[in-house]
Amino acid sequence: MDTGHRRVGDQPWVRRTLIGIALLVAMFMLVIPVVVIFAEAFSAGWSTFAGNVTDEYTVHAIGLTLFVAALTVPLNLVFGTALAWSVTRFRFPGRKLLITLIDIPFAVSPVIAGLLYLLLYGRNGWLGGWLASHDVQLMFSWPGIVMVTVFVTCPFVARELIPLMQQQGSEEEEAGVVLGASGWRIFRKITLPNIKWALIYGVVLTNARAVGEFGAVSVVSGNVRGETNTLPLHVELLYQDYNVVGAFASASLLAAIAMLTLVVKAFVEWRQSRPIVSTPEKEVS
Amino acid sequence: MSASANSGVGPVRRFSGRSKRVLPGFGLSLGISLFFVSLVLLLPLSGLVVETSGMGWDQFWFTITDSRVVESYKVTLWTALAASVFNGFFGLLLAWILVRYEFPGKRIVDAFVDLPFALPTAVAGITLATLFAQNGWYGQWLAKLGVEVAFTPLGIVVAMAFTSIPFVVRTVQPVLEELSPADEEAAVSLGASDGRVFRKVIFPSLWPALVTGVALSFTRSLGEFGAIIFIAGNTPYVSEVTSLMVFIRLQEYDYAAASAIASVVLLASLVLLFAINLWQGRYLRRLEGR
Amino acid sequence: MSITIDQISKTFGRFHALRDVALDIPEGKLTALLGPSGSGKTTLLRIIAGLESSDSGRILFGGEDVSNLHVRDRNIGFVFQHYALFRHLTVAENIAFGLESLPRKQRPSKAEIRQRVEKLLEMIQLPQLADRYPAQLSGGQKQRVALARALATQPRILLLDEPFGALDAKVRKDLRRWLRALHDEFHFTSIFVTHDQEEALELSDQVVVMSQGQVEQVNTPTELYAKPESRFVFDFLGHVNVLSGAVKNQKLVQGDAWVSLPGNRSEQEAQLYLRPHEVHLARAPSVHARLPLRIDAVSLIGSEVRIELVPEGWHSEEIWEIGMSHNEFAQQNPSRGELWFAVPDVGHLFSGDNSQPKTVDWLYVEAANACNM
Repeated sequence: MDTGHRRVGDQPWVRRTLIGIALLVAMFMLVIPVVVIFAEAFSAGWSTFAGNVTDEYTVHAIGLTLFVAALTVPLNLVFGTALAWSVTRFRFPGRKLLITLIDIPFAVSPVIAGLLYLLLYGRNGWLGGWLASHDVQLMFSWPGIVMVTVFVTCPFVARELIPLMQQQGSEEEEAGVVLGASGWRIFRKITLPNIKWALIYGVVLTNARAVGEFGAVSVVSGNVRGETNTLPLHVELLYQDYNVVGAFASASLLAAIAMLTLVVKAFVEWRQSRPIVSTPEKEVS
Repeated sequence: MSASANSGVGPVRRFSGRSKRVLPGFGLSLGISLFFVSLVLLLPLSGLVVETSGMGWDQFWFTITDSRVVESYKVTLWTALAASVFNGFFGLLLAWILVRYEFPGKRIVDAFVDLPFALPTAVAGITLATLFAQNGWYGQWLAKLGVEVAFTPLGIVVAMAFTSIPFVVRTVQPVLEELSPADEEAAVSLGASDGRVFRKVIFPSLWPALVTGVALSFTRSLGEFGAIIFIAGNTPYVSEVTSLMVFIRLQEYDYAAASAIASVVLLASLVLLFAINLWQGRYLRRLEGR
Repeated sequence: MSITIDQISKTFGRFHALRDVALDIPEGKLTALLGPSGSGKTTLLRIIAGLESSDSGRILFGGEDVSNLHVRDRNIGFVFQHYALFRHLTVAENIAFGLESLPRKQRPSKAEIRQRVEKLLEMIQLPQLADRYPAQLSGGQKQRVALARALATQPRILLLDEPFGALDAKVRKDLRRWLRALHDEFHFTSIFVTHDQEEALELSDQVVVMSQGQVEQVNTPTELYAKPESRFVFDFLGHVNVLSGAVKNQKLVQGDAWVSLPGNRSEQEAQLYLRPHEVHLARAPSVHARLPLRIDAVSLIGSEVRIELVPEGWHSEEIWEIGMSHNEFAQQNPSRGELWFAVPDVGHLFSGDNSQPKTVDWLYVEAANACNM
């Protein structure tokens, strides 16, 4: 009896070959690029790196980027949670459509996302003209950047929460209602602990994308150095100026955020896969 | 037992009308959702419709069939196709080894799969451009083989494949995890070869997810911009993608033309998106027997 | 507190879950809602609780209309089928949840809540598990905690959805006994949903049998078992042996089988329903019945010997089952493959479209005949 071979691909040579190829691809596609970012950033030494990162325009770009993320993340957190609650806890006509609509930003090219906002709120735009006559300019300034970033990142929190909340069902919340708890108390005491980790991951993803959005932002920002330049736009400007080391110095900051995101995700998955405590389930159901 | 069911202590909520929702927050959560969806998603989309419908059919047709634009459709389509087919193979391979085998560093590889989602596209763009440049880490070796990637359509494929590979891995992975070992064990014990078991037992349950993943990867590639522009070279008629065409028209302040081209891309993406959703709904129903 | 269900109807899309259900649940009694899945029993329970709204009709608690009262304000205890314990709260926190949710004015002090929780933990015999999380409990323990949580706010109505459905046989029996004792001590009005006839008959004071969104019959367990009023209830409550045939000359006849029906002068299709304990086996036909059957299987396990038989020279959709004591079995020694005759003592006759059965008692008839002679 060939006991070592029970499932497809269990033979050692198949396993080694597949793992070998896959690791090679992963290495070239995913790992080395990250190494390159940091290698280039530090290629002219520590002090150059420090100089690049503390450059006046870079610092401003970092500040603007963080500011945009700080506005975008809470907005999408509220929206994503509200949407997930409404579509997983209630049945209403148009529910499925709403779930599909929320995916639109995934399918829309970032450049087109920027264009959509430009058309509507730009000086010649539909609402933009009226706003301009009241001396409000949204495009080519920070509000526009925030608006497109909100558009691009709005699915993340909802996408993380919906499958989880669907799977958990609403029995615990119903039990809470029967016991007389208020809506806020139910959310805080019952729902929130159950979705905490997915929520954190949704926030981290939203943040990563908000910090790194390029296409949409470049359409509506106007790229004024020291004014409307976010960090990814700054990377582009430096790169176009043939300041490759400077570009990678800024890029390495963004890459660090990306790596942090991956770490948080790994941690969240580890938390979720682990039961709250080990289960001594003896009875069979 | 004391306490009364409804003797009226505290505010007693009575329903009005027919709809009686048990859980709280229906109005509030749906209100926020609809307000947000309307303001953030639908209003801007309607802006595009207004802009394009204002330009007249002839002008619209002329703009979207301009030969440089048509070339950009072709380039975008074939590079996106190539990238998603590549991702179909290697995404499946990555998902397979992550689910089926144990090996040192597995958790790290698993975490790295999401890197393209987390890494800003501009950063990915300059990194790939640097790697594949004539004197870059990869470029210098490829040059010896006579392969040029940077500043050619091949560069577009590389950028697209990079940014969208997680879609395939993350759609296939859960399905692979759910596959029952018993089916395979039964087939293997009946003397079927591995190749046969893969084709007859594994692949039939796998391919709907694989198709979904590849379609998602394709949709994402159609719209990719940031990662591409740094590596593509952006030569008109050769290596310009449609997103870039929109961007160029915008820089020329030709909003009408930009909108016309954008509406073509947008329509294609939305059709793809709805098709994927429908398709997913159908095969999920079949798998769950609903 | 009594519960009145007044003409409740509910549809889900095109599916009629409940049709004009009217029912009185007496105060302080334990009532079972019994029916197969899809009969509407769980929907009815959820409507009583206020977790679901009815399309029409009213629910009254102690004479007061609560149809438009939110579940939060109905002050009921509800035990969910899968317990729905809050997985991120400890056992003690779960039990305290309802008390802590009371409006500030009614809310007991922290110390008082702690005391109440301790008492409840003692009541469910799990004081040592106060700080565990639900995932660390066995099914039976979860069920007890769910009950304690539902009872913490001292509701006068307790509703339980398939309370023992997810437990194994042994635990189920223990918990049933425990719930009955608890109910007898506190006398709240309780309703529980079940699809298990044995559970319904053993545990409740009153059984409501439901089928296809309607109430089939309401009665005490004893009366219900003795006098089922419809074919459905008969079928649903335990095994039943059926002779289906035509009535001729005061006899119910099908193939080689017949049963005398003294005084029955109608000539129509009819079915005779016999419980396993209402029939005994004999080597020869009796004066009032000839029901030839061949023994198919003999099951010795249990307090009674159960014998499965197949009709010989007539037919029945389901196999016949007859029970006999081990003593009798030892004397008569029926074995597989032998031909025996079933002799009914009491039976229930459904004739024509009449949904109400007529009870036939041959023992009584024989006794009467014997006296007359």
